[in-house]
Amino acid sequence: MVQIKENIYWAGYIDWDLRNFHGYSTPYGSTYNAYLIIDEKPTLIDTVKHLGAQEMISRIKNIIDPAKIAYIISNHTEMDHSGSIDALLALCPNATVVASPQGEKHLKMHFKKDWKIKVVDTGSELNIGKRTLKFFTMPMVHWPDSMATYSPQDKILFPNDAFGQHYASKERFCDEVGADIIFREAAKYYANIVMPYGAQVQKVLGALAGVEFDTICPSHGLIWRGKENIEKIIALYKQWSSYTPNKQAVIIYDTMWHSTETMAKTLYRYLNESVPTTLINLKDSHISDAVTEVMLSKLVFFGTPIMNSRMLPSMGGLLTYLKGLKPKNRYAFTFGSYGWSSAGFKEVEASIEEAGMELKAFGAYFQFIPGENELNSLKELAQTAVKSL
Amino acid sequence: MTKYKCSVCGYLYEPDLGDPDGGAPAGAEFKVVYGGWTCPICGASKGQFEAEGE
Repeated sequence: MVQIKENIYWAGYIDWDLRNFHGYSTPYGSTYNAYLIIDEKPTLIDTVKHLGAQEMISRIKNIIDPAKIAYIISNHTEMDHSGSIDALLALCPNATVVASPQGEKHLKMHFKKDWKIKVVDTGSELNIGKRTLKFFTMPMVHWPDSMATYSPQDKILFPNDAFGQHYASKERFCDEVGADIIFREAAKYYANIVMPYGAQVQKVLGALAGVEFDTICPSHGLIWRGKENIEKIIALYKQWSSYTPNKQAVIIYDTMWHSTETMAKTLYRYLNESVPTTLINLKDSHISDAVTEVMLSKLVFFGTPIMNSRMLPSMGGLLTYLKGLKPKNRYAFTFGSYGWSSAGFKEVEASIEEAGMELKAFGAYFQFIPGENELNSLKELAQTAVKSL
Repeated sequence: MTKYKCSVCGYLYEPDLGDPDGGAPAGAEFKVVYGGWTCPICGASKGQFEAEGE
């Protein structure tokens, strides 16, 4: 039984086996966090993926008879959080589901059920006994229906996916694991789930400025507590949502016969003399890790050979993903090897611009195998990039 | 000029600003924006917008 504060418990599901969350690699698995508030009207904030319904229900049973639950707050309809509402309602058929205006619509479209739904909006309050819960809608952080629940009496914010991390562990609180891993996973989560919605995150951060809380209970991963940790994650969300990358570089490439790889490694050598640089081979790395480095880096290099007049499919997949994630305020550079047609690089450049990044130099495109002079010329490209910082 | 609000995510189309990245130049009334235009925030279609104050 995990108690967060008096009469507030974690009742979630640990998904130890998860390695892929709709295309996002999750090497540590994840958790779906449901939170139980024991008050005159017992309230559950969010549920878990349907596969974890019984685990969630058994955790609830350790604390209270589920039949006593009066409210199930659905902060977000995505099925990893709403997927066990139905199983729980079977045990507490008189409970009311609480959702945002968009949440109500989404729940009806997802589950086609005639649940008793109470619609709340920003400013709405819900008295559950000693506590009066408050709600903030957070449109597009990260769905139209997204909402945060706040308990002023406990000074706890329940912001659903915001501030989440995909991290399965025996620990439940951020201060019980190393800071490096937790902030790294929070960055990967932001990059893959929240990055396109910077302006909306800024609005939420503005609304939270006057709200007093000392604990953040997200819907995935560890619970944030401790002044230093909370200030740090809020500061990072401010930085990420304002599209402010660090002064560092990432080189992302794929290769056929090692020519583009040789170029990537040569660029790495030159760049790393001046700025911290990460090298990512798309053949062996996951695009969800690549986009995390894109979010963190001001300078982004894309390298691909040309095959059948096109970029490699791995680069095509990455750039399609980035067109949706829109990592604004980055400088991009392109390079690669081609055989007889370099036309495919035009598509690479167009995709980069469509993703909101700025091309700062002509691409370095070499025919077949780059020679010594060609490789040496990459020093100039690296210098151009470093100077642009 | 009438502003239009996205019924899905709440984004407000303001004709003075337009949505130049999405192909709607500044100054364009909502009704003259091309039919394939979509909400720059959530991707909802033009038909999912509602006039403000109506």
